[in-house]
Amino acid sequence: MQQLFNGLLIGSFYGLVAIGYSMVYGIIKLLNFAHGDIYMIGAFSGLVFLSIVSPYIGAGWPALILGMLITMLLVGLLGVFIQRVAYRPMLKAPRLSILITALAVSMILYNTVMLLSAGRYRAFNVEISSESFYLGALRLTETRVVLIVAAFALMFIMHMFITKTMYGKAMRAIALDRDTCQLMGIDVYKIIALTFFVGSALAAAAGIMAGVYYGTIHFYMGFLIGLKAFTAAVIGGIGIIPGAMLGGLLLGLLEAFGTQIPFIGTQWKDVFSFAFLILFLIFKPNGLLGRSESERM
Amino acid sequence: MALLEIKDLTLRFGGLCAVNELSLEIEEGSIRSLIGPNGAGKTCVFNCLTGFYKPSGGEMLFQGQSLVNRKPHLITFMGMARTFQNLRLFKEMTVLENVMSGMHCRTKAAFLTTVLRTRGQQREEKQIRDVAEECLEFVGMLDKKHYIAKNLPYGDQRKVEWARALATQPKLLLLDEPAAGLNSDEKARLIQLIRRIRDERNITIFLIEHDMGLVMKVSEKIFVIDYGVKIAEGTAQEVRDNPRVVEAYLGKEEEEETA
Amino acid sequence: MAETKKKAKLTNPFEGIVETLFRFFENKTYLYLFIGAVVILLVIFPNTSSRFTQEIMTNLFFYIVVCLGLNIIVGYAGLLHLGYAAFFAVGAYTTGILSSVFGMNFWLTIPFSIVAAVIAGLAIGAPTLRLRGDYLAIVTLGFGEITRLTIRNLDITGGAIGLIGIQRPVLFGITLNQISHFYYMFFILAILAIFVSYRLHDSRMGRAWEYIREDEDAAAAMGINVTTSRLYAFIIGSAFGAVAGSFFAAKMTAISPDSFMFIHSVMFLMAVVLGGMGKIPGVVLGCVLVVLIPEVARGIGPYRLLIFGALLLIIMLYRPQGIWPDRPAISSKE
Ligand SMILES: Nc1ncnc2c1ncn2[C@@H]1O[C@H](COP(=O)(O)OP(=O)(O)OP(=O)(O)O)[C@@H](O)[C@H]1O
Ligand SMILES: [Mg+2]
Repeated sequence: MQQLFNGLLIGSFYGLVAIGYSMVYGIIKLLNFAHGDIYMIGAFSGLVFLSIVSPYIGAGWPALILGMLITMLLVGLLGVFIQRVAYRPMLKAPRLSILITALAVSMILYNTVMLLSAGRYRAFNVEISSESFYLGALRLTETRVVLIVAAFALMFIMHMFITKTMYGKAMRAIALDRDTCQLMGIDVYKIIALTFFVGSALAAAAGIMAGVYYGTIHFYMGFLIGLKAFTAAVIGGIGIIPGAMLGGLLLGLLEAFGTQIPFIGTQWKDVFSFAFLILFLIFKPNGLLGRSESERM
Repeated sequence: MALLEIKDLTLRFGGLCAVNELSLEIEEGSIRSLIGPNGAGKTCVFNCLTGFYKPSGGEMLFQGQSLVNRKPHLITFMGMARTFQNLRLFKEMTVLENVMSGMHCRTKAAFLTTVLRTRGQQREEKQIRDVAEECLEFVGMLDKKHYIAKNLPYGDQRKVEWARALATQPKLLLLDEPAAGLNSDEKARLIQLIRRIRDERNITIFLIEHDMGLVMKVSEKIFVIDYGVKIAEGTAQEVRDNPRVVEAYLGKEEEEETA
Repeated sequence: MAETKKKAKLTNPFEGIVETLFRFFENKTYLYLFIGAVVILLVIFPNTSSRFTQEIMTNLFFYIVVCLGLNIIVGYAGLLHLGYAAFFAVGAYTTGILSSVFGMNFWLTIPFSIVAAVIAGLAIGAPTLRLRGDYLAIVTLGFGEITRLTIRNLDITGGAIGLIGIQRPVLFGITLNQISHFYYMFFILAILAIFVSYRLHDSRMGRAWEYIREDEDAAAAMGINVTTSRLYAFIIGSAFGAVAGSFFAAKMTAISPDSFMFIHSVMFLMAVVLGGMGKIPGVVLGCVLVVLIPEVARGIGPYRLLIFGALLLIIMLYRPQGIWPDRPAISSKE
């Protein structure tokens, strides 16, 4: 039960990051390596914001929620900026070039933060009660409950956005056929920019939530989660947004329960996820929700 | 037995049925055409035959062997070559290198022989060049073998595509709108070439074409499809007189000529 | 398209000079004379230089071997590999374990390290390349990380401390233990790597990779097995890395997980991309830059990776073919 809860919580972080990964892949077929770093930058921006405002309004829930909204906005804009400067000129270039560009962006982002943070772990201090209470056998804290509710709420909003609004429809249309959309008068670049905005904002939210959850943040934290988010996106079927959420939750659960198996201690957790990814690629390459489709020639 | 047999071939994209229970046969040594209005599903038929699309149903037999679930490169190896409707040359490479690609599936040098440059490997390299040059000669492009493909005029690029397909040494050649974008002079030479391919190289030809004049002149038998369904087959005369064909094309004829 | 075209016009200040050089070396005699002179200079180099410069040059040769291997994957086959250090680690640890734990002769360990790399290459390459080429980037990234974690966690690899006491190779009765020995050893390896790279490039296989890079579907329609060709490149490249790793282990006699970090994979990739993917002189030039810049400009220390990242971005945006210029387009003459 406890594992289930922890798994869902971590899994929802993976899911939030995986959504951005999957959306960007869906729309411009780019594996955005820098996405994990966006998550990390989200965590650091949140920390900076809190340290600025905490003398005035403290670092409780109100400050945190305000910080999260502002960070989501700023980091979302950063995502759009990166997209405009680095990826947009490469849209028609060979796939290899845009992948290397993404790698370069990732290097720039994380080395910048490494230099600014002097490569040290930073405490993510918040003034929230850490008292635990029991719900049956389940040990909970207020923080955890709020985090999991917030994560699921974000995913729900995201789902509504994709399925119910014009923007969501345009995104899915562009994923299917960019050239035709352009002919149909859809402002393709605007939609791509919006995709980056939404994806980055969600990753930033996940970053802050991870900061609150773990209590410390580090410039390297984006690296592994980038990998995990990719795994989650593949599990759900890359390019499929509900798939990314599902994949994230599943991966979280898998890790939570996987580390319970004897001989597979926590130091093997990441090896375990990765082995799972490879097996998944062998046996179910299109993901749980994906269908095999012939690409248009 | 026919060289190629298609039985009830069906291809669906979601709700759209691009090819619908299509059956046809191509005899060895013949020249056959597939015609139909835009979007009728002609290219889809080719894509199924060459393994690029996976049919939703039906059977395709080439020399008695099934093509279903076979990868494109294996189908080429079996002796079926194709050209593309919108040119797909290796743009940054030379004409000769483009055509040499066709010999890949007929040769085998691997890592060790390549690094050691054995006698056999050298012989093979020479053979690749020779075949490629012969194919270029056949289509009349040998003098331009060192040009970079993308710098050639459109008509010449088409020729390189034909030579490249010939270099795979096929038994059946699928041409997707070979005359598109050619001027009348080039079209006349294309008709000659198609006949020569069949007569001199013994290659069966199956082509898609919008230019009715060309189709009527070159092919002995024509299949007509509309919305993925075969609506007629027969000689040029028979097809022309078929009321269903007239109906499918009527009013569209003019658009296509200008297109 | 128009956008990239316009930017790609950013001219290289050396373009003119290099073009002249290309013309000059079109004459094969001059080319061979020049290469001969460079080889002779490099052969006599250890007699005239300090230990320190020899060390740097050895490192450069080592980089050339590794990066030419990576170039087969990235440059020839057009696949992004972000975990090359892991394959290098596979080689180094195979030699390390066989040599220090089982006392095997160094030269005998090399076939084992090649086999290990081929197995690892198949295990990740086969499922990934069957799908789409660009998944490989992330899967190799993950593999790099996992390999590092695994060698940290296992006992046989010596955990975080690593392996010590790897035996020195013996050649013609001489134990190779001087820096000049290793200088020559890596020099010969680099020449071999260049030789193999050229032969692969100008061959049926090399062309197949180029066709696939240009147009995957057309290549398949011409009867090229896209997946297998890519897998070949991936495995040959991995084996290159493993051999380099074996020699690295022999030179260092002690190895630890710290030599096989993500950063190393990135630096190898950097050298390949900077000089010009797929072009052998370009890769060599890239190695020279990546090895020498940090030695010359020691002040950049902590900013090194940031600068390299920015450089990578600029290269991709403005000069994706790398610093080394493409051959001027062939005229119609033979
Ligand atoms: N990969 C695909 N996904 C979805 N629909 C497709 C795909 N490929 C083709 N179609 C659809 O199938 C139908 C038939 O297309 P096809 O290209 O075979 O037509 P065609 O007869 O070759 O036309 P044209 O004369 O214009 O070349 C069209 O409606 C097209 O939009
Ligand atoms: Mg067509």
